[in-house]
Amino acid sequence: MPEDVFAPWDDPEEKPLIRFQNVTKSFADSIVIDDVSLDIYEREFLALLGPSGCGKTTMMRMLAGFETPTSGRIELSGKNIVPLPANKRAVNMMFQSYALFPHLTVWDNIAFGLKRSKMPKDKIAARVEEMLKLTRLGKFAGRKPHQISGGQRQRVALARSLAKAPKLLLLDEPLGALDAKLRQETQFELVDIQETTGTTFVIVTHDQEEAMTVASRIAVMDEGKLIQVDTPDRIYESPNSVYVADFIGDVNIIEGRARKQGADLYGIDWADGQRLLAVTSERAFTEGQPCHLAIRPEKITISADKPVHADNAVQGKILDIAYLGNLSTYHVELPGGMIIKAQTANTRRMSPRSFTWEDAVWLSWTVTAGILLAE
Amino acid sequence: MMRRAVLIAVPYFWLMALFLVPFIIVFKVSLSDTALAIPPYVPTLEWRDFRTFLSQLDFENYIWLTQDDLYWKAYLSSLKIAFLSTLMTLAIGYPVAYAMACCPEKWRSTLMMLVILPFWTSFLIRVYAWMGILSNEGFLNQFLLWAGIISTPLTILNTNTAVYIGIVYTYLPFMILPIYATLDRMDASLLEAAEDLGCSRIGAFWLVTVPLSRNGIIAGCFLVFIPALGEFVIPSLLGGSRTLMIGKVLWEEFFNNRDWPVASAVAVVLLLILIIPIMLFQRNQQNQAEAGR
Ligand SMILES: Nc1ncnc2c1ncn2[C@@H]1O[C@H](COP(=O)(O)OP(=O)(O)OP(=O)(O)O)[C@@H](O)[C@H]1O
Ligand SMILES: [Mg+2]
Repeated sequence: MPEDVFAPWDDPEEKPLIRFQNVTKSFADSIVIDDVSLDIYEREFLALLGPSGCGKTTMMRMLAGFETPTSGRIELSGKNIVPLPANKRAVNMMFQSYALFPHLTVWDNIAFGLKRSKMPKDKIAARVEEMLKLTRLGKFAGRKPHQISGGQRQRVALARSLAKAPKLLLLDEPLGALDAKLRQETQFELVDIQETTGTTFVIVTHDQEEAMTVASRIAVMDEGKLIQVDTPDRIYESPNSVYVADFIGDVNIIEGRARKQGADLYGIDWADGQRLLAVTSERAFTEGQPCHLAIRPEKITISADKPVHADNAVQGKILDIAYLGNLSTYHVELPGGMIIKAQTANTRRMSPRSFTWEDAVWLSWTVTAGILLAE
Repeated sequence: MMRRAVLIAVPYFWLMALFLVPFIIVFKVSLSDTALAIPPYVPTLEWRDFRTFLSQLDFENYIWLTQDDLYWKAYLSSLKIAFLSTLMTLAIGYPVAYAMACCPEKWRSTLMMLVILPFWTSFLIRVYAWMGILSNEGFLNQFLLWAGIISTPLTILNTNTAVYIGIVYTYLPFMILPIYATLDRMDASLLEAAEDLGCSRIGAFWLVTVPLSRNGIIAGCFLVFIPALGEFVIPSLLGGSRTLMIGKVLWEEFFNNRDWPVASAVAVVLLLILIIPIMLFQRNQQNQAEAGR
């Protein structure tokens, strides 16, 4: 592995900045965080992804110091921070509801944390100006929060949490209210800030694309459990479960039974009277074990004639075509009634589509295109 | 169109009938001279000879107010009593409102009821009850004697202390309710944000909670200060002969001296003094309405 690749999680020598150790949090009667262990490294950009109510905000609030874990330890730079109150932690949080002070101007909101830190006045002013410039709020510095738009408020909240240049910055859906363009710019800005300041970021987002763009690692959660924590490409290409494969991006899931055919080659018996689907898998499966074959739509080739050298080929009928601008997704119905999605890139402008509804087509993919999952 | 005119006319009519007309009458009386007659002043309104009628009006009574030092002393003393009791009401009312706002949701309406409950009995009866509590043989002294804290009864009734107790007791709900309303509306995550940015709990209280309840504090203070300034019942029932309040002076001028013109002049000046805080209060309410949008 080359030296300059940022992958502290692969280095057993590396000390994590944050360490969750078997953390459990329950409210009254329900367990919200269920025995989570997670290491977050310095300079990392970790994205927490998961459905609404899975416990992302609760994780953040425990890091910030607003909730105490019911059991387990949370370490910051090797020290247990569970007993430390929020105002003593070198952690800042951008709240999902922004929590801007309504009686203070944008300027004073951003300066609030700095003023608490015995920084000289001129330094505070310089820092606030810097933040205003970064978030392009210069024009609104003198306004109160109720006099600016939702997106502007979000930027104020972001600027306020960034101002103190904390060791760890927690962003709870920081970009939800921004328009696509500003959102993208802010994403790059965040990555930039992260690279220049060396701050560690934990970001909650509902937008997978955002997670993919900014994160060094993605943690996928479900019902208070961490399902997979990995780099974006590994989350996408090698999900560890059907849940993760399905949660991130589009995927075809074909259920069947594994038949061992080679060292790590399997045939999937997925429908009566059909040829087995060939797939390689690093994970071992026993003969006849129920399994799921996950294939991304863009890995499936669609053609009019039967492909000659394909590892896997099935015939079907086009049911629907979704035009997405840069891509087209074909929904193809197989004889058994199963629907498979295949994606092609629209590389030419206005070229007539090669296929239309009800066309009989062949779908094909290689042995390495799919991934075999147990559950 | 018609409907709107009617809607606007209603409050104006209200203002005219219940405030402006009586005020003009009082103002006119204050410019008259006292007389042994019914009503006890001259001139009475004469439309036939309006010019002579006007010429008989003068500012003599107002000049009199500045000459006898009873009046300005009474005004000052009222201002002082109203101001101090407003501060005391705030000092008691704010913690109560704060505690109410911190209580679990299910208790709040009950607590609110308890604050309003005293209004269900007559104000006079409640003041008389305080006489029973504060007098030399009253419950308070009996209790303190019984508990061995004091050996001779304290004289509280008929002193300024009793007046302060009475005013603070009576107007406390007017302080609690507006403050509670602003605290109740406050977003709890603001305090978390303040803490997150390095504030201590106490710091967050002074930097966030207090400024955000400012409008409630101001509203509460005016709601206590304005009526307390002209208060008459409490000083005359609980206060002593040396308690000087302008409301009491006004009463004595009207009913003991039967000097309606001087009494009216006292009332007009009191109103002028009150106009400043009333206008400030209005402005605060307006700001609050704007910020609340
Ligand atoms: N103070 C609380 N008391 C009781 N239950 C709570 C409390 N806070 C959160 N919960 C519950 O914990 C679960 C996780 O909440 P959390 O806010 O962490 O979700 P989330 O992943 O951030 O969701 P979203 O994406 O909608 O923001 C939810 O089921 C929620 O109802
Ligand atoms: Mg959340």
